[in-house]
Order: sequence, then structure tokens, then C-alpha cells
Amino acid sequence: MNRMRPSVETVFENDAIAVERTLAGDREAFRVLVERHSRKVYQLAYRMTGNQHDAEEVVQEAFLRAYQKLSQFASRANFGTWVYRIAANYAIDRMRQRKSEDSQRELPPRASEDGAEMDLMSTVPDAAPSPERLAQSGQLAAQMRLALRALTPAERTAFVMRHWGGSGIEEIADALKSSTSAAKNTVFRSVQKLRKALEPFVEQRGQSRAMGTQL
Amino acid sequence: MKHPKEEELIAYHDGEAAGREGVAAHVADCPECRKELERIDALLAALETIPVPEPGEDYGQRVWQQISPRLPQRRAHWWDFLFSEPKTVPWFAPRRWVAAGAVAALVLAAFIAGRISKPVIPGVPVAATDQTKVRERILVMAVGEHLGRSEMVLVELANSGPQNAGQKVNISGEQRRAEDLLEENRLYRQTALEQGDSALAGVLDELERVLLDVAHSPQQVTPVQLEGIRQRLEAQGILFKVRVVGKELQERGESGNTSAPSNSSGKNERNKV
Repeated sequence: MNRMRPSVETVFENDAIAVERTLAGDREAFRVLVERHSRKVYQLAYRMTGNQHDAEEVVQEAFLRAYQKLSQFASRANFGTWVYRIAANYAIDRMRQRKSEDSQRELPPRASEDGAEMDLMSTVPDAAPSPERLAQSGQLAAQMRLALRALTPAERTAFVMRHWGGSGIEEIADALKSSTSAAKNTVFRSVQKLRKALEPFVEQRGQSRAMGTQL
Repeated sequence: MKHPKEEELIAYHDGEAAGREGVAAHVADCPECRKELERIDALLAALETIPVPEPGEDYGQRVWQQISPRLPQRRAHWWDFLFSEPKTVPWFAPRRWVAAGAVAALVLAAFIAGRISKPVIPGVPVAATDQTKVRERILVMAVGEHLGRSEMVLVELANSGPQNAGQKVNISGEQRRAEDLLEENRLYRQTALEQGDSALAGVLDELERVLLDVAHSPQQVTPVQLEGIRQRLEAQGILFKVRVVGKELQERGESGNTSAPSNSSGKNERNKV
């Protein structure tokens, strides 16, 4: 009788099993881990670096580092959280490197990579007063990107991990290689800077909508 | 009335537990702070909507294709397992010591057997091959016993079921035994590989996956989950393979012909499974 063999994904449905098997020399098990967690790591990396090219590089490097350090990984059930932290860590280094490269070449802050997306968004008509609509407004979206880019790499990492990744303060402290109180402070500072930069636009937007005009 | 600081309002938005009740009570009574909190909520909600480009359905596969050629070859050694940093099993955990003890006992037994099986007569060199054979025989018997114990766990799992329909089944006993077997299994698989017995290493590898699966299942499984485990056992035919190879090793141990058969019927039999 021809029986259906279970797929590798079924056999390694548990991350802990896949990690054990990778440590035992089974590369297929690591492939399952990469395919399972790539997209979430990509979302973090994109939000941190602000461009697709760097985000993809961060994802690849995070998995390579995870593979190399796998034997030091203590709680194998949380492989996703662990690789997420490695990615955050590498993304900070990448952003710092980019910043110093840009300042050496005396370039303005990187804005062109996402320029096309911003232009596209500015053409979206503004209809409903929801946060989604607010973000779709070209000017606000552009301002938000600029404000995020103006944060330091550590602030941006802390903000992305906390508000988009749902990470706890301990995890952020680990990624920033700082104490929990310093990490808490970095999260607060990032929100404070974003408020300062963006609230006039958000409020102006709200007022013009209330008056039936557009920004 | 003391207003909460901006930091406390942001922490409140983030769902932080410390001081939560105080901030909630204040915000309910203070229109100014309520407005401030609404501004924070609106800004963070707007920031959440910045789109991330969709990397495509096959993104995970693409990442794998890009990184797989750059991954170094990983080779697990039995001493890595015994002396490595704590992973899932701390170094002081009893089962790690059981496995270490099993290996030490095996090495000692093989050494003593090698020494006493052929009395050393001065001037007459002891045939190294005889000692090797004795050591191999002990190893073959140990692996045979290991497969026998594994078979028992798998048979028990295959036969277990709930007392009443719909009731959960406790498989914690089988799990503990699977965990212990797992550690021995790794050592034997590694030894089989080093000795070039790839067929035996292959069966031990498959057994390892099944033991891992059992060891990481919940302690209490529903009849549906139990059926899933059973179906996986059946689909892989692991019970049959373990039975055939275990029997063959037993026969090899008893007959004293310990070498991995090259063209013998034994190997043919194993290759069939």
C-alpha cells in the first residue's frame, strides 16, 4: 500500500525538535526554521532599516548567525524570539554603519529608496478619518518615515521592537546590550521624539478633516 | 491632583502593569490627561499603518537558497553532547549522567572484555582483530538492547488509548523513557556512522526523529493527537524497522559475527526496511 509520508514540516512542527535535529547535523531541519520565521524577521528588519535591500541582508545574516550560535541557544522552544533578537542586534550595527558611511560621503539622509512608495501614496485619495487613511496621506507618511529615520539606531530598534514587534523590555535590553532601565528610557525617548516631530501633522490633519478640507 | 508624567502615559499605552490602576483612575477623571493619552494613541496608531512591502509567498525559500551554501557543515560528536553547555538538558540533569554512565560502562566493558578474552602470553602478540571483535560484539549487543527498549516504548504508545471516549491520555511515562533513549540513541548513531555502518545509522536516525517527536509531545494528549502520533509511527514504518534491525543485531551478537555484513543477507534485510 502506498502510504503518504509526513512532510519535513510536519516532522519538525515543533521548533525545539527542529533545533535539536539541526544540532545533530540535519540541514533540512534548519531549512524548516528559516522558512517558518523569515517573514516575521523581514518585517522587523524592514521597519528598522527602512529599505528592502538592507532588510533582506539583515534577514540572511540573522539566520546565518543563528546557525553558528545554535549550540549556545538555551531555550530552544523560542527560536523565533531568539532569531528576532539577533536580527535586531545586527540591524542596529547595519544602521550605524550606514549612518557613518553617509556622513563620510556627506550625503543627505537616505530618503530616495522609499521615494517611489511615498509618491504613490500621495496619490491615494483621502476619504475616511481612520489612522489608516491618515497614514495613506502622502505628506504624513513621508513625515513619519523621516521622523523614524531621524531616531538613533538604538531608539529606532527600541521603538520597532516595542510597538511593532510587541517585545518585552528585557528582550529590548538584550538587543541593545543595555540595562532594562536604560532600554525603558530609550523606548520613552523614541516616542517622545516621534511625538515632537509628528503631532503637529497628525493634529493639523485632524483639524483640516473636521473643517472638511484636506492637507 | 498630580498628573501622570508623559513617560507613565506611554507606559500605560504599552500595557505596562506597574502603576496602571492609578493612571487609569486619573485619566478617567482628568480631561486634560485623557486628551494627552488620546494624542499618544492616535500617533502610535498612525505609525502602525506604515506599510511593509510584501516579500512574496516564496520568501522563506529564497532566504534558504541564499544562505544554505554559506552554512558551515555541522557535525555532532557524542562528546559535544556530554560536555556541551546546557541546552534543553542541564549538564547536571540525571539523564545526562545516565547517558554518560552508559558510555563509560560500555567503554570499560569493552576494555575488560578485550583484556580477558585472550590471555596475554609474553612473546606472543595478541591479535588486535580479536580484541576489536569483542568490543564490536559488546557494542552490537548494547545497540540491540537499545532497539529492544525503544520497540517496547513504541509498542506501548501504539497500544495506549483513553479509558473513556474523548478522555485525554497520559503519555508522560513513555515520554520520559523516550527522552532517556534519545540520548543513548545519539551516541549509538554516531558510533555506527564512525564505523561505516550507514544502514544502522540510518535506522537510528529515523528512530531519533520519532523519539524526539514523542519526547516533545504534550504529557496529556487527546485521542486525536495520539492518533496523529500513531499515524506518523505507522507511516514511517519505524516499529518494523526497529524490530528487524534489533533482531539482526541480536543474532550477530549471539553468533559472534559482529562485523557489519557487507554482502550478507543481514544487510540486504536492513536495506529492505
